[in-house]
Amino acid sequence: MSILVFIEHAEGEIKKSSLEAVSYAAAMGEDVTAIAIGPVEESVLKAAGSAGASKVLHAADSKLEKGLIQPYAKVIAQAMEKEGAKTLVLAKSSLGDPVAARVAAKMKAAFVSNVADLPDTSSGFSVKRSIYTGKAFANVEMTTETKIIGIKKNAVELKEDGGEASVEAFEPSLDDADFAVKITSQDKQEGEILLPEAELVVSGGRGMKGPENWGMIEDLAKTLGAATGCSKPVSDIGWRPHHEHVGQTGVKVSPQLYIAIGISGAIQHLAGVNSSKYILVINKDEEAPFFSAADYGIVGDAFDVVPKLTEALKAAQN
Amino acid sequence: MKILVCITHVPDTTAKISFTDDNTKFNSDGVQYIIGPYDDYALARAVELKEASGGTVTVLNVGTSETEPTIRKALAIGADDAIRIDAEPTDSYFVAEQIANHAKDAGYDLIMMGRESIDFNGGMVHGMVGELLGLPAISPVMKLDIEGQTAKLAREIEGGKEYLELDLPFIAGCQEPIAEWKIPNMRGIMSARSKKLEVLAPSDASEAVKLQQYELPPAKGDVKMIDADNVGELVKLLKNEAKVI
Ligand SMILES: Cc1cc2nc3c(=O)[nH]c(=O)nc-3n(C[C@H](O)[C@H](O)[C@H](O)COP(=O)(O)OP(=O)(O)OC[C@H]3O[C@@H](n4cnc5c(N)ncnc54)[C@H](O)[C@@H]3O)c2cc1C
Ligand SMILES: Nc1ncnc2c1ncn2[C@@H]1O[C@H](COP(=O)(O)O)[C@@H](O)[C@H]1O
Repeated sequence: MSILVFIEHAEGEIKKSSLEAVSYAAAMGEDVTAIAIGPVEESVLKAAGSAGASKVLHAADSKLEKGLIQPYAKVIAQAMEKEGAKTLVLAKSSLGDPVAARVAAKMKAAFVSNVADLPDTSSGFSVKRSIYTGKAFANVEMTTETKIIGIKKNAVELKEDGGEASVEAFEPSLDDADFAVKITSQDKQEGEILLPEAELVVSGGRGMKGPENWGMIEDLAKTLGAATGCSKPVSDIGWRPHHEHVGQTGVKVSPQLYIAIGISGAIQHLAGVNSSKYILVINKDEEAPFFSAADYGIVGDAFDVVPKLTEALKAAQN
Repeated sequence: MKILVCITHVPDTTAKISFTDDNTKFNSDGVQYIIGPYDDYALARAVELKEASGGTVTVLNVGTSETEPTIRKALAIGADDAIRIDAEPTDSYFVAEQIANHAKDAGYDLIMMGRESIDFNGGMVHGMVGELLGLPAISPVMKLDIEGQTAKLAREIEGGKEYLELDLPFIAGCQEPIAEWKIPNMRGIMSARSKKLEVLAPSDASEAVKLQQYELPPAKGDVKMIDADNVGELVKLLKNEAKVI
Protein backbone atom coordinates (compact mmCIF):
# COMPACT_ATOMS: atom_id res chain seq x y z
CA MET A 1 0.00 0.00 0.00
CA SER A 2 1.20 3.49 -0.68
CA ILE A 3 0.58 6.97 0.61
CA LEU A 4 -0.19 9.71 -1.89
CA VAL A 5 1.16 13.22 -1.31
CA PHE A 6 -0.17 16.24 -3.20
CA ILE A 7 2.79 18.47 -3.99
CA GLU A 8 2.37 22.09 -5.07
CA HIS A 9 4.87 23.98 -7.14
CA ALA A 10 5.42 27.71 -7.45
CA GLU A 11 7.77 29.58 -9.74
CA GLY A 12 9.18 26.35 -11.12
CA GLU A 13 10.05 24.76 -7.77
CA ILE A 14 8.29 22.32 -5.46
CA LYS A 15 7.11 24.28 -2.44
CA LYS A 16 9.08 23.55 0.71
CA SER A 17 5.90 22.84 2.64
CA SER A 18 5.04 20.18 0.06
CA LEU A 19 8.45 18.56 0.47
CA GLU A 20 7.77 18.49 4.21
CA ALA A 21 4.52 16.67 3.44
CA VAL A 22 6.54 14.10 1.46
CA SER A 23 8.91 13.64 4.41
CA TYR A 24 5.92 13.29 6.73
CA ALA A 25 4.48 10.50 4.58
CA ALA A 26 7.88 8.81 4.33
CA ALA A 27 8.20 8.89 8.12
CA MET A 28 4.92 6.95 8.33
CA GLY A 29 6.94 4.08 6.92
CA GLU A 30 5.13 3.29 3.72
CA ASP A 31 5.92 3.71 0.05
CA VAL A 32 5.29 7.32 -0.99
CA THR A 33 3.95 8.45 -4.35
CA ALA A 34 3.55 12.17 -5.01
CA ILE A 35 1.17 13.83 -7.41
CA ALA A 36 2.01 17.12 -9.10
CA ILE A 37 -0.56 19.00 -11.15
CA GLY A 38 0.00 21.48 -13.97
CA PRO A 39 3.00 22.25 -16.15
CA VAL A 40 6.38 22.01 -14.39
CA GLU A 41 9.76 20.57 -15.41
CA GLU A 42 10.25 16.86 -14.89
CA SER A 43 13.72 17.45 -13.44
CA VAL A 44 12.16 19.59 -10.72
CA LEU A 45 9.75 16.81 -9.78
CA LYS A 46 12.53 14.24 -9.45
CA ALA A 47 13.71 16.20 -6.43
CA ALA A 48 10.69 14.94 -4.46
CA GLY A 49 12.77 11.77 -4.18
CA SER A 50 15.18 13.50 -1.86
CA ALA A 51 12.35 14.14 0.60
CA GLY A 52 11.23 10.50 0.44
CA ALA A 53 9.00 9.86 -2.59
CA SER A 54 9.74 6.89 -4.82
CA LYS A 55 7.53 8.07 -7.67
CA VAL A 56 5.85 11.27 -8.84
CA LEU A 57 2.69 11.18 -10.91
CA HIS A 58 2.49 14.24 -13.12
CA ALA A 59 -0.79 15.54 -14.56
CA ALA A 60 0.85 18.05 -16.87
CA ASP A 61 -2.17 19.21 -18.90
CA SER A 62 -1.80 22.97 -19.46
CA LYS A 63 -5.52 23.37 -18.70
CA LEU A 64 -4.46 22.61 -15.12
CA GLU A 65 -1.95 25.42 -15.00
CA LYS A 66 -3.75 27.56 -12.47
CA GLY A 67 -4.99 26.21 -9.18
CA LEU A 68 -8.54 25.21 -10.02
CA ILE A 69 -10.08 23.51 -7.04
CA GLN A 70 -12.61 21.14 -8.62
CA PRO A 71 -10.39 19.58 -11.29
CA TYR A 72 -7.50 19.33 -8.82
CA ALA A 73 -9.69 17.41 -6.37
CA LYS A 74 -10.77 15.08 -9.14
CA VAL A 75 -7.20 14.47 -10.31
CA ILE A 76 -6.10 13.63 -6.76
CA ALA A 77 -9.04 11.30 -6.11
CA GLN A 78 -8.31 9.48 -9.39
CA ALA A 79 -4.62 9.19 -8.50
CA MET A 80 -5.53 7.72 -5.10
CA GLU A 81 -7.69 5.14 -6.80
CA LYS A 82 -5.04 4.27 -9.36
CA GLU A 83 -2.37 3.83 -6.68
CA GLY A 84 -4.70 2.10 -4.23
CA ALA A 85 -3.63 4.76 -1.73
CA LYS A 86 -5.75 4.93 1.41
CA THR A 87 -3.97 7.94 2.85
CA LEU A 88 -3.45 11.39 1.34
CA VAL A 89 -0.98 13.81 2.90
CA LEU A 90 -0.64 17.46 1.94
CA ALA A 91 0.59 20.76 3.35
CA LYS A 92 -1.81 23.39 4.60
CA SER A 93 -2.22 26.11 1.98
CA SER A 94 -4.87 28.28 0.38
CA LEU A 95 -5.08 25.75 -2.45
CA GLY A 96 -4.49 22.53 -0.52
CA ASP A 97 -7.22 23.04 2.08
CA PRO A 98 -10.20 23.49 -0.26
CA VAL A 99 -8.92 20.79 -2.62
CA ALA A 100 -8.53 18.27 0.22
CA ALA A 101 -11.98 19.10 1.59
CA ARG A 102 -13.49 18.09 -1.76
CA VAL A 103 -11.41 14.94 -1.97
CA ALA A 104 -12.60 14.04 1.55
CA ALA A 105 -16.25 14.39 0.58
CA LYS A 106 -15.68 12.43 -2.66
CA MET A 107 -13.95 9.53 -0.90
CA LYS A 108 -15.91 9.65 2.39
CA ALA A 109 -12.58 10.08 4.11
CA ALA A 110 -11.77 11.61 7.48
CA PHE A 111 -9.86 14.84 6.92
CA VAL A 112 -7.85 16.49 9.68
CA SER A 113 -5.91 19.65 8.94
CA ASN A 114 -3.29 21.61 10.90
CA VAL A 115 -1.71 18.36 12.04
CA ALA A 116 1.38 19.08 14.12
CA ASP A 117 2.96 15.66 14.58
CA LEU A 118 3.22 12.15 13.17
CA PRO A 119 0.20 9.88 13.71
CA ASP A 120 -0.01 7.62 16.73
CA THR A 121 -0.98 4.14 15.58
CA SER A 122 -0.47 2.30 18.89
CA SER A 123 -4.25 1.81 19.10
CA GLY A 124 -6.31 2.95 16.15
CA PHE A 125 -5.05 5.94 14.19
CA SER A 126 -4.87 9.29 15.91
CA VAL A 127 -3.27 12.62 15.11
CA LYS A 128 -2.54 15.79 17.02
CA ARG A 129 -4.02 18.88 15.44
CA SER A 130 -3.61 22.50 16.37
CA ILE A 131 -6.93 24.19 17.34
CA TYR A 132 -8.15 27.56 18.63
CA THR A 133 -5.68 29.24 16.28
CA GLY A 134 -2.66 27.69 17.92
CA LYS A 135 -3.84 28.20 21.50
CA ALA A 136 -4.37 24.45 22.05
CA PHE A 137 -4.12 21.00 20.50
CA ALA A 138 -6.63 18.20 20.09
CA ASN A 139 -5.74 14.55 19.75
CA VAL A 140 -8.32 13.03 17.44
CA GLU A 141 -8.98 9.58 16.13
CA MET A 142 -9.59 9.10 12.41
CA THR A 143 -12.10 6.28 12.11
CA THR A 144 -12.48 5.82 8.34
CA GLU A 145 -10.34 3.58 6.19
CA THR A 146 -9.43 6.41 3.81
CA LYS A 147 -7.69 9.29 5.55
CA ILE A 148 -6.53 12.76 4.63
CA ILE A 149 -3.91 14.54 6.69
CA GLY A 150 -3.21 18.24 6.18
CA ILE A 151 0.03 19.13 7.92
CA LYS A 152 1.17 22.31 9.56
CA LYS A 153 4.61 23.69 8.87
CA ASN A 154 7.39 22.00 10.90
CA ALA A 155 5.28 18.91 11.68
CA VAL A 156 8.32 16.83 10.75
CA GLU A 157 11.88 17.50 9.83
CA LEU A 158 12.47 17.82 6.10
CA LYS A 159 14.38 14.83 4.76
CA GLU A 160 17.04 15.60 2.16
CA ASP A 161 18.95 12.48 1.19
CA GLY A 162 19.61 13.47 -2.41
CA GLY A 163 17.50 10.65 -3.85
CA GLU A 164 15.57 10.95 -7.09
CA ALA A 165 12.00 9.92 -7.78
CA SER A 166 10.82 8.46 -11.04
CA VAL A 167 8.31 10.64 -12.88
CA GLU A 168 5.31 9.11 -14.57
CA ALA A 169 2.73 10.94 -16.71
CA PHE A 170 -0.78 10.81 -15.30
CA GLU A 171 -3.79 11.34 -17.54
CA PRO A 172 -6.84 12.13 -15.46
CA SER A 173 -10.28 12.01 -16.98
CA LEU A 174 -11.85 15.44 -16.71
CA ASP A 175 -14.80 17.05 -18.42
CA ASP A 176 -15.86 20.62 -19.21
CA ALA A 177 -18.11 20.82 -16.15
CA ASP A 178 -14.97 20.65 -13.98
CA PHE A 179 -13.87 23.96 -15.44
CA ALA A 180 -16.99 26.00 -14.64
CA VAL A 181 -14.94 28.44 -12.59
CA LYS A 182 -12.87 30.80 -14.75
CA ILE A 183 -9.73 32.39 -13.40
CA THR A 184 -9.68 35.72 -15.23
CA SER A 185 -6.38 37.02 -13.86
CA GLN A 186 -3.80 36.75 -11.11
CA ASP A 187 -2.14 39.60 -9.36
CA LYS A 188 0.89 38.18 -7.65
CA GLN A 189 4.26 39.39 -6.57
CA GLU A 190 6.92 37.38 -8.38
CA GLY A 191 10.04 36.35 -6.56
CA GLU A 192 8.67 37.39 -3.18
CA ILE A 193 9.27 35.13 -0.18
CA LEU A 194 5.88 33.65 0.65
CA LEU A 195 4.79 34.58 4.14
CA PRO A 196 3.21 31.26 5.19
CA GLU A 197 6.38 29.40 4.14
CA ALA A 198 8.97 31.86 5.43
CA GLU A 199 11.66 30.85 7.92
CA LEU A 200 12.19 34.46 8.96
CA VAL A 201 9.52 37.15 9.16
CA VAL A 202 9.83 40.88 9.85
CA SER A 203 6.49 42.41 10.74
CA GLY A 204 5.47 46.01 11.39
CA GLY A 205 2.51 47.46 13.26
CA ARG A 206 0.79 50.78 13.75
CA GLY A 207 3.86 51.94 15.66
CA MET A 208 5.53 52.43 12.26
CA LYS A 209 3.32 55.52 11.83
CA GLY A 210 2.83 55.29 8.06
CA PRO A 211 3.60 53.36 4.87
CA GLU A 212 6.43 55.76 4.02
CA ASN A 213 8.42 54.26 6.91
CA TRP A 214 8.30 50.68 5.63
CA GLY A 215 11.67 51.10 3.94
CA MET A 216 13.45 50.20 7.17
CA ILE A 217 11.27 47.11 7.62
CA GLU A 218 12.08 46.06 4.07
CA ASP A 219 15.79 46.74 4.53
CA LEU A 220 15.89 44.56 7.61
CA ALA A 221 13.88 41.84 5.86
CA LYS A 222 16.16 41.95 2.83
CA THR A 223 19.27 41.74 4.97
CA LEU A 224 17.90 38.62 6.66
CA GLY A 225 16.24 37.09 3.60
CA ALA A 226 12.94 37.38 5.46
CA ALA A 227 9.34 37.83 4.37
CA THR A 228 7.47 40.96 5.49
CA GLY A 229 4.25 40.94 7.49
CA CYS A 230 2.05 43.41 9.37
CA SER A 231 -0.73 43.74 11.92
CA LYS A 232 -4.38 43.93 10.94
CA PRO A 233 -4.88 47.70 11.31
CA VAL A 234 -1.90 48.24 9.03
CA SER A 235 -3.50 46.28 6.19
CA ASP A 236 -6.96 47.65 7.02
CA ILE A 237 -5.72 51.23 6.49
CA GLY A 238 -3.98 50.09 3.32
CA TRP A 239 -0.39 50.75 4.40
CA ARG A 240 0.44 47.19 3.34
CA PRO A 241 -1.27 44.59 1.10
CA HIS A 242 -3.83 42.36 2.71
CA HIS A 243 -1.92 39.10 2.19
CA GLU A 244 0.75 40.37 4.63
CA HIS A 245 -1.71 40.62 7.52
CA VAL A 246 -0.70 38.21 10.27
CA GLY A 247 -2.95 36.92 13.03
CA GLN A 248 -6.17 35.25 13.98
CA THR A 249 -7.99 36.64 10.94
CA GLY A 250 -4.93 36.71 8.71
CA VAL A 251 -1.95 34.56 7.80
CA LYS A 252 -0.68 32.14 10.45
CA VAL A 253 3.10 31.92 10.35
CA SER A 254 5.52 29.43 11.91
CA PRO A 255 8.99 30.80 11.16
CA GLN A 256 12.24 30.14 12.99
CA LEU A 257 12.25 33.82 13.96
CA TYR A 258 9.41 36.35 14.02
CA ILE A 259 10.43 39.98 14.50
CA ALA A 260 7.60 42.25 15.65
CA ILE A 261 8.24 45.98 15.34
CA GLY A 262 5.78 48.51 16.72
CA ILE A 263 3.11 45.88 17.27
CA SER A 264 1.39 45.87 20.66
CA GLY A 265 0.81 42.12 20.81
CA ALA A 266 -2.97 41.90 20.97
CA ILE A 267 -4.16 38.36 21.55
CA GLN A 268 -5.55 38.18 17.99
CA HIS A 269 -2.16 39.04 16.58
CA LEU A 270 -0.38 36.54 18.84
CA ALA A 271 -2.72 33.80 17.62
CA GLY A 272 -1.06 34.03 14.22
CA VAL A 273 2.53 33.88 15.48
CA ASN A 274 2.43 31.56 18.48
CA SER A 275 3.98 28.67 16.62
CA SER A 276 7.11 30.65 15.76
CA LYS A 277 10.28 29.10 17.16
CA TYR A 278 11.68 32.43 18.41
CA ILE A 279 10.05 35.83 18.74
CA LEU A 280 11.90 39.16 18.91
CA VAL A 281 9.91 42.23 19.93
CA ILE A 282 10.96 45.82 19.38
CA ASN A 283 8.58 48.27 21.03
CA LYS A 284 9.02 51.65 22.71
CA ASP A 285 6.55 50.75 25.45
CA GLU A 286 8.03 48.37 28.02
CA GLU A 287 4.49 47.44 29.06
CA ALA A 288 3.55 46.21 25.58
CA PRO A 289 1.88 42.80 26.00
CA PHE A 290 3.98 41.34 23.18
CA PHE A 291 7.02 41.16 25.48
CA SER A 292 5.44 38.40 27.55
CA ALA A 293 5.15 36.24 24.43
CA ALA A 294 8.70 37.04 23.28
CA ASP A 295 12.06 35.31 23.60
CA TYR A 296 14.07 38.46 22.98
CA GLY A 297 13.01 42.04 23.52
CA ILE A 298 14.29 45.55 23.01
CA VAL A 299 12.54 48.53 24.54
CA GLY A 300 13.25 51.40 22.20
CA ASP A 301 12.14 53.58 19.33
CA ALA A 302 11.88 51.53 16.14
CA PHE A 303 13.12 54.47 14.09
CA ASP A 304 16.37 54.29 16.02
CA VAL A 305 16.72 50.56 16.75
CA VAL A 306 15.75 49.02 13.41
CA PRO A 307 18.37 50.77 11.21
CA LYS A 308 21.03 50.00 13.84
CA LEU A 309 20.02 46.35 13.92
CA THR A 310 20.15 46.14 10.12
CA GLU A 311 23.66 47.63 10.14
CA ALA A 312 24.82 45.23 12.85
CA LEU A 313 23.43 42.26 10.90
CA LYS A 314 25.17 43.41 7.73
CA ALA A 315 28.42 43.80 9.63
CA ALA A 316 28.05 40.28 11.07
CA GLN A 317 27.50 38.86 7.58
CA ASN A 318 30.76 40.24 6.27
CA MET B 1 -31.73 36.31 -4.52
CA LYS B 2 -31.92 33.64 -1.84
CA ILE B 3 -28.79 33.51 0.30
CA LEU B 4 -27.81 31.05 3.03
CA VAL B 5 -25.14 32.10 5.53
CA CYS B 6 -23.64 29.37 7.74
CA ILE B 7 -22.40 30.67 11.06
CA THR B 8 -20.43 29.20 13.92
CA HIS B 9 -20.83 29.98 17.60
CA VAL B 10 -17.29 30.30 18.96
CA PRO B 11 -15.38 31.67 21.96
CA ASP B 12 -14.53 35.36 21.67
CA THR B 13 -11.08 35.93 20.16
CA THR B 14 -9.72 37.11 23.52
CA ALA B 15 -11.02 34.07 25.44
CA LYS B 16 -8.59 32.12 27.54
CA ILE B 17 -8.63 28.53 26.37
CA SER B 18 -8.72 25.78 29.01
CA PHE B 19 -10.24 22.34 29.45
CA THR B 20 -11.96 20.26 32.12
CA ASP B 21 -12.87 16.62 32.73
CA ASP B 22 -9.36 15.28 32.25
CA ASN B 23 -8.88 17.50 29.18
CA THR B 24 -11.87 16.12 27.33
CA LYS B 25 -14.19 19.14 27.57
CA PHE B 26 -13.80 22.79 26.69
CA ASN B 27 -14.08 24.96 29.78
CA SER B 28 -16.73 27.54 28.92
CA ASP B 29 -16.63 29.21 32.35
CA GLY B 30 -16.56 32.96 31.85
CA VAL B 31 -16.21 32.59 28.09
CA GLN B 32 -18.14 34.96 25.84
CA TYR B 33 -19.43 33.51 22.60
CA ILE B 34 -19.54 35.32 19.29
CA ILE B 35 -20.39 34.74 15.63
CA GLY B 36 -17.17 33.41 14.05
CA PRO B 37 -15.28 36.51 12.79
CA TYR B 38 -15.06 35.18 9.23
CA ASP B 39 -18.74 34.14 9.30
CA ASP B 40 -19.48 37.68 10.44
CA TYR B 41 -17.83 39.00 7.25
CA ALA B 42 -19.92 36.59 5.17
CA LEU B 43 -23.07 37.73 6.93
CA ALA B 44 -22.23 41.42 6.48
CA ARG B 45 -21.70 40.96 2.73
CA ALA B 46 -24.88 38.87 2.43
CA VAL B 47 -26.90 41.65 4.06
CA GLU B 48 -25.31 44.20 1.71
CA LEU B 49 -26.16 42.09 -1.34
CA LYS B 50 -29.74 41.77 -0.16
CA GLU B 51 -30.03 45.48 0.51
CA ALA B 52 -28.70 46.25 -2.97
CA SER B 53 -30.79 43.88 -5.02
CA GLY B 54 -33.48 42.30 -2.86
CA GLY B 55 -33.97 38.73 -1.72
CA THR B 56 -33.60 36.97 1.58
CA VAL B 57 -30.80 35.99 3.93
CA THR B 58 -31.21 32.83 6.01
CA VAL B 59 -28.65 31.97 8.67
CA LEU B 60 -27.92 28.41 9.63
CA ASN B 61 -26.02 26.94 12.54
CA VAL B 62 -25.43 23.33 13.42
CA GLY B 63 -25.40 23.43 17.20
CA THR B 64 -27.16 22.87 20.47
CA SER B 65 -29.67 25.29 22.01
CA GLU B 66 -26.76 27.17 23.62
CA THR B 67 -26.04 28.79 20.25
CA GLU B 68 -29.39 30.58 20.01
CA PRO B 69 -28.22 33.96 21.39
CA THR B 70 -25.53 33.96 18.67
CA ILE B 71 -28.14 33.13 16.03
CA ARG B 72 -30.37 35.97 17.33
CA LYS B 73 -27.44 38.32 16.94
CA ALA B 74 -27.17 37.34 13.27
CA LEU B 75 -30.88 38.09 12.90
CA ALA B 76 -30.31 41.47 14.53
CA ILE B 77 -27.54 42.21 12.05
CA GLY B 78 -30.01 41.74 9.21
CA ALA B 79 -30.73 38.10 8.38
CA ASP B 80 -34.42 37.44 7.71
CA ASP B 81 -34.81 34.05 9.32
CA ALA B 82 -32.73 31.29 10.87
CA ILE B 83 -32.35 27.57 11.07
CA ARG B 84 -30.65 25.62 13.82
CA ILE B 85 -29.88 21.99 13.18
CA ASP B 86 -29.97 20.52 16.63
CA ALA B 87 -26.73 18.58 17.02
CA GLU B 88 -23.32 18.88 18.62
CA PRO B 89 -20.98 19.91 15.77
CA THR B 90 -18.21 17.47 16.58
CA ASP B 91 -16.79 16.75 13.16
CA SER B 92 -16.52 18.87 10.00
CA TYR B 93 -17.80 16.12 7.77
CA PHE B 94 -20.86 15.66 9.94
CA VAL B 95 -21.53 19.41 9.84
CA ALA B 96 -21.04 19.51 6.06
CA GLU B 97 -23.53 16.71 5.57
CA GLN B 98 -26.08 18.50 7.74
CA ILE B 99 -25.70 21.71 5.75
CA ALA B 100 -25.76 19.91 2.40
CA ASN B 101 -28.85 17.88 3.32
CA HIS B 102 -30.70 21.05 4.22
CA ALA B 103 -29.53 23.07 1.21
CA LYS B 104 -30.05 20.31 -1.37
CA ASP B 105 -33.65 21.17 -2.22
CA ALA B 106 -33.93 24.60 -0.65
CA GLY B 107 -33.06 26.53 -3.81
CA TYR B 108 -30.36 28.87 -2.51
CA ASP B 109 -28.65 31.02 -5.15
CA LEU B 110 -25.62 31.51 -2.97
CA ILE B 111 -24.24 29.86 0.18
CA MET B 112 -21.83 31.99 2.17
CA MET B 113 -19.57 30.75 4.95
CA GLY B 114 -16.49 31.92 6.74
CA ARG B 115 -13.05 31.05 5.46
CA GLU B 116 -12.57 28.99 8.61
CA SER B 117 -14.04 28.52 12.05
CA ILE B 118 -11.85 29.91 14.81
CA ASP B 119 -12.27 26.92 17.10
CA PHE B 120 -11.22 24.10 14.80
CA ASN B 121 -9.70 26.20 12.01
CA GLY B 122 -10.51 23.48 9.54
CA GLY B 123 -11.29 25.65 6.51
CA MET B 124 -12.98 22.60 5.08
CA VAL B 125 -16.76 22.71 5.57
CA HIS B 126 -17.33 24.87 2.46
CA GLY B 127 -15.34 22.55 0.22
CA MET B 128 -17.12 19.48 1.57
CA VAL B 129 -20.56 21.07 1.12
CA GLY B 130 -19.54 22.04 -2.42
CA GLU B 131 -18.60 18.49 -3.27
CA LEU B 132 -21.72 17.05 -1.61
CA LEU B 133 -23.94 19.42 -3.61
CA GLY B 134 -21.89 19.24 -6.80
CA LEU B 135 -21.27 23.00 -6.73
CA PRO B 136 -18.09 25.07 -6.89
CA ALA B 137 -16.80 26.25 -3.51
CA ILE B 138 -14.36 29.15 -3.52
CA SER B 139 -12.29 30.21 -0.52
CA PRO B 140 -10.92 32.54 0.81
CA VAL B 141 -13.05 35.14 -0.96
CA MET B 142 -12.08 38.79 -0.37
CA LYS B 143 -14.44 40.42 -2.85
CA LEU B 144 -17.78 39.27 -4.20
CA ASP B 145 -19.99 41.08 -6.71
CA ILE B 146 -23.01 39.69 -8.48
CA GLU B 147 -24.53 40.76 -11.78
CA GLY B 148 -27.50 38.71 -12.87
CA GLN B 149 -26.48 35.07 -12.72
CA THR B 150 -22.75 35.74 -12.77
CA ALA B 151 -20.44 36.44 -9.88
CA LYS B 152 -17.07 38.12 -10.00
CA LEU B 153 -14.80 37.50 -7.11
CA ALA B 154 -11.29 37.84 -5.78
CA ARG B 155 -9.66 35.02 -3.89
CA GLU B 156 -6.53 35.35 -1.78
CA ILE B 157 -3.59 33.21 -2.86
CA GLU B 158 -0.13 33.10 -1.33
CA GLY B 159 1.57 36.34 -2.29
CA GLY B 160 -1.42 37.97 -3.95
CA LYS B 161 -4.90 37.63 -5.40
CA GLU B 162 -6.69 35.77 -8.10
CA TYR B 163 -9.81 37.02 -9.91
CA LEU B 164 -12.53 34.55 -10.77
CA GLU B 165 -15.83 34.43 -12.60
CA LEU B 166 -18.54 31.84 -12.18
CA ASP B 167 -22.27 31.35 -12.35
CA LEU B 168 -24.65 31.01 -9.43
CA PRO B 169 -25.23 28.93 -7.40
CA PHE B 170 -21.99 28.32 -5.55
CA ILE B 171 -20.41 28.41 -2.12
CA ALA B 172 -18.09 31.15 -0.89
CA GLY B 173 -15.80 30.92 2.16
CA CYS B 174 -15.37 34.59 3.04
CA GLN B 175 -12.77 36.76 4.73
CA GLU B 176 -12.02 40.47 4.97
CA PRO B 177 -12.14 42.89 3.26
CA ILE B 178 -15.32 41.52 1.66
CA ALA B 179 -17.38 43.84 3.89
CA GLU B 180 -17.13 45.56 7.24
CA TRP B 181 -18.48 43.79 10.31
CA LYS B 182 -21.97 45.09 11.10
CA ILE B 183 -22.96 46.00 14.63
CA PRO B 184 -26.63 45.37 15.36
CA ASN B 185 -28.66 48.52 16.05
CA MET B 186 -31.62 48.86 18.41
CA ARG B 187 -34.16 48.33 15.68
CA GLY B 188 -32.37 45.20 14.53
CA ILE B 189 -32.23 43.81 18.06
CA MET B 190 -35.95 44.44 18.59
CA SER B 191 -36.99 42.90 15.29
CA ALA B 192 -34.70 39.88 15.78
CA ARG B 193 -36.88 38.72 18.64
CA SER B 194 -39.84 38.05 16.39
CA LYS B 195 -37.97 36.63 13.40
CA LYS B 196 -38.40 32.94 12.70
CA LEU B 197 -35.81 30.54 14.16
CA GLU B 198 -36.65 27.04 13.06
CA VAL B 199 -35.08 24.06 14.84
CA LEU B 200 -34.55 20.98 12.71
CA ALA B 201 -33.56 17.48 13.76
CA PRO B 202 -30.21 16.36 12.33
CA SER B 203 -30.19 14.03 9.37
CA ASP B 204 -28.35 10.74 9.59
CA ALA B 205 -24.68 11.38 9.00
CA SER B 206 -21.47 9.70 9.83
CA GLU B 207 -18.70 10.89 12.08
CA ALA B 208 -15.23 10.41 10.68
CA VAL B 209 -13.14 12.08 13.37
CA LYS B 210 -13.48 11.54 17.12
CA LEU B 211 -11.99 13.70 19.83
CA GLN B 212 -9.78 11.89 22.32
CA GLN B 213 -8.12 14.57 24.40
CA TYR B 214 -7.20 18.24 24.38
CA GLU B 215 -3.78 19.55 25.23
CA LEU B 216 -2.33 22.99 25.96
CA PRO B 217 0.99 24.08 24.47
CA PRO B 218 3.99 24.23 26.82
CA ALA B 219 4.38 27.52 28.67
CA LYS B 220 6.68 30.10 27.13
CA GLY B 221 10.03 30.75 28.83
CA ASP B 222 11.08 34.18 30.03
CA VAL B 223 11.93 36.99 27.67
CA LYS B 224 15.55 38.10 27.49
CA MET B 225 15.74 41.90 27.35
CA ILE B 226 18.55 43.57 25.45
CA ASP B 227 19.58 47.20 25.73
CA ALA B 228 18.57 49.36 22.75
CA ASP B 229 22.16 50.61 22.52
CA ASN B 230 23.53 47.10 22.32
CA VAL B 231 22.09 45.56 19.16
CA GLY B 232 25.40 43.76 18.63
CA GLU B 233 24.54 41.62 21.66
CA LEU B 234 21.19 40.75 20.06
CA VAL B 235 22.86 39.72 16.82
CA LYS B 236 25.16 37.40 18.80
CA LEU B 237 22.20 35.81 20.62
CA LEU B 238 20.28 35.24 17.39
CA LYS B 239 23.36 33.70 15.84
CA ASN B 240 24.80 31.60 18.64
CA GLU B 241 21.95 30.92 21.05
CA ALA B 242 18.81 30.76 18.91
CA LYS B 243 20.83 29.81 15.79
CA VAL B 244 18.20 31.34 13.53
CA ILE B 245 20.41 33.58 11.40
C1 LIG C 1 -12.16 39.56 15.98
C2 LIG C 1 -10.85 40.28 15.88
C3 LIG C 1 -9.86 39.73 15.08
C4 LIG C 1 -8.61 40.38 14.96
N1 LIG C 1 -7.65 39.79 14.19
C5 LIG C 1 -6.42 40.37 14.15
C6 LIG C 1 -5.36 39.77 13.41
O1 LIG C 1 -5.54 38.74 12.75
N2 LIG C 1 -4.15 40.36 13.40
C7 LIG C 1 -3.90 41.52 14.09
O2 LIG C 1 -2.76 42.01 14.03
N3 LIG C 1 -4.89 42.12 14.78
C8 LIG C 1 -6.13 41.58 14.83
N4 LIG C 1 -7.12 42.20 15.53
C9 LIG C 1 -6.84 43.55 16.08
C10 LIG C 1 -6.09 43.52 17.39
O3 LIG C 1 -7.01 43.40 18.45
C11 LIG C 1 -5.27 44.81 17.58
O4 LIG C 1 -6.12 45.92 17.46
C12 LIG C 1 -4.13 44.98 16.58
O5 LIG C 1 -3.35 43.81 16.52
C13 LIG C 1 -3.24 46.14 16.97
O6 LIG C 1 -2.30 46.42 15.96
P1 LIG C 1 -0.93 47.12 16.29
O7 LIG C 1 -0.24 46.37 17.36
O8 LIG C 1 -0.22 47.33 15.01
O9 LIG C 1 -1.38 48.57 16.78
P2 LIG C 1 -1.43 49.20 18.25
O10 LIG C 1 -2.20 48.37 19.18
O11 LIG C 1 -1.83 50.61 18.04
O12 LIG C 1 0.05 49.13 18.75
C14 LIG C 1 1.10 49.90 18.26
C15 LIG C 1 2.33 49.56 19.08
O13 LIG C 1 3.44 50.26 18.55
C16 LIG C 1 4.24 50.75 19.62
N5 LIG C 1 4.97 51.91 19.10
C17 LIG C 1 4.48 53.13 18.77
N6 LIG C 1 5.45 53.91 18.30
C18 LIG C 1 6.60 53.19 18.32
C19 LIG C 1 7.93 53.44 17.96
N7 LIG C 1 8.31 54.62 17.46
N8 LIG C 1 8.84 52.47 18.11
C20 LIG C 1 8.49 51.24 18.62
N9 LIG C 1 7.23 50.95 18.97
C21 LIG C 1 6.29 51.91 18.83
C22 LIG C 1 3.26 51.08 20.72
O14 LIG C 1 3.90 51.04 21.97
C23 LIG C 1 2.23 49.95 20.55
O15 LIG C 1 2.57 48.84 21.35
C24 LIG C 1 -8.38 41.59 15.64
C25 LIG C 1 -9.39 42.15 16.43
C26 LIG C 1 -10.61 41.50 16.55
C27 LIG C 1 -11.66 42.12 17.42
N1 LIG D 1 -21.49 24.09 13.27
C1 LIG D 1 -21.57 24.87 12.18
N2 LIG D 1 -22.76 25.42 11.82
C2 LIG D 1 -22.87 26.21 10.73
N3 LIG D 1 -21.85 26.51 9.93
C3 LIG D 1 -20.64 25.99 10.21
C4 LIG D 1 -20.44 25.13 11.36
N4 LIG D 1 -19.13 24.77 11.38
C5 LIG D 1 -18.54 25.37 10.31
N5 LIG D 1 -19.44 26.11 9.62
C6 LIG D 1 -19.18 26.96 8.43
O1 LIG D 1 -18.05 26.48 7.73
C7 LIG D 1 -17.00 27.45 7.74
C8 LIG D 1 -15.65 26.74 7.79
O2 LIG D 1 -15.53 26.01 8.98
P1 LIG D 1 -14.32 25.02 9.32
O3 LIG D 1 -14.23 24.09 8.18
O4 LIG D 1 -14.69 24.39 10.60
O5 LIG D 1 -13.11 25.90 9.44
C9 LIG D 1 -17.30 28.33 8.93
O6 LIG D 1 -16.70 29.60 8.80
C10 LIG D 1 -18.83 28.38 8.88
O7 LIG D 1 -19.29 29.30 7.91
